[in-house]
Amino acid sequence: MTDYLVPVLLLAAALLALHRRENAYDLLLSGAADGLKLLVSIVPALILLLTAVTMLRASGAMELLGQYLAPVFHFFGIPPETIMLVLVRPMSGSAALAVGAELMASYGPDSQIGRTAAVMLGSTETTFYTISVYFGAAGIRKTRYTVPAALFADFVGFLMASWTVRFLSS
Amino acid sequence: MVMSWIWSGILAVSLLCAGILGRGRELGAAVLQGAQSGVTLAVSMAGSICLWSGVGNLMDHAGLTELLSRLLRPVLRRLFPSSRTDSLLRQHLSANICANILGLGNAATPMGILAAKRLADPARPGLATDELCRLIVLNTASIQLIPGNVAAVRASLGSASPFDILPAVWVTSICSAGLGVTAAWLLGKVWRHD
Repeated sequence: MTDYLVPVLLLAAALLALHRRENAYDLLLSGAADGLKLLVSIVPALILLLTAVTMLRASGAMELLGQYLAPVFHFFGIPPETIMLVLVRPMSGSAALAVGAELMASYGPDSQIGRTAAVMLGSTETTFYTISVYFGAAGIRKTRYTVPAALFADFVGFLMASWTVRFLSS
Repeated sequence: MVMSWIWSGILAVSLLCAGILGRGRELGAAVLQGAQSGVTLAVSMAGSICLWSGVGNLMDHAGLTELLSRLLRPVLRRLFPSSRTDSLLRQHLSANICANILGLGNAATPMGILAAKRLADPARPGLATDELCRLIVLNTASIQLIPGNVAAVRASLGSASPFDILPAVWVTSICSAGLGVTAAWLLGKVWRHD
């Protein structure tokens, strides 16, 4: 099913644009150029953060942390290997991408842990960054219950990522 | 500044743990391996990121944004009652949410900020209103149709089918956004303005 989804979506978007007499190819080109700019802007952070994450893993710190937090993660059915990703995700988007990519590389992108990491990355956001940007722009100081509610949404995301990978994708 | 502390903290913890566990050689090797893998990852992701960014732009201009905002109108009216009378707010809100769904992060944030400014209560400056809290919770719970970056990483690592995580991502996103907004709504009942 999902094999055809993306090609069909590509064709549908192109045909819709043509139907509206939009220049589909030029739109793709300008979007792709923006994508390249985005990529270039995150490369330095990606290099630095992958250096840090690889060092952290090589040092054995992740295993130590895992030993202490594993019972909690097991209780909720979240793979303990994803501890670092869960901790970093709300704080930094590029660090989370680095941690997730490292997990997918060491366990394999199609392994259960690799998939869980991918779903976690794809269905959560950099919560603290988003909150600070929005409240900063709107001049809000009393944030009331926003942080607990947003972190609860993240927690549900991590939980559901672990469960859906276990039950949905065989 | 936060990142400087995170960076220094990670290095300090790594050095400490490697010292205790006697993994000095692995740690030394990891420095350059990590930096190298950053470049490898960026290069192997480049194709998919550019393609998806292009497709996002195409979908936006092909009228998918308008279609989505029409579909979302009933939901928006319930979540943000002020949008029923304020058409500009309605436009900003639906542009923000549609851009999020289509994965156009760069377009989502400015629209969301415009909506946030209109949702702030001028009579009580500095206080987050219930609707504003809801908007932010909705934005912190990603609701993306095609998570292109993640698929790009999977593809670059040789996944057999990089997009087969989509159903899991959708179910997860809907649950986390839905329960997050529900939690915000319940908290709004008990967490009164102070």
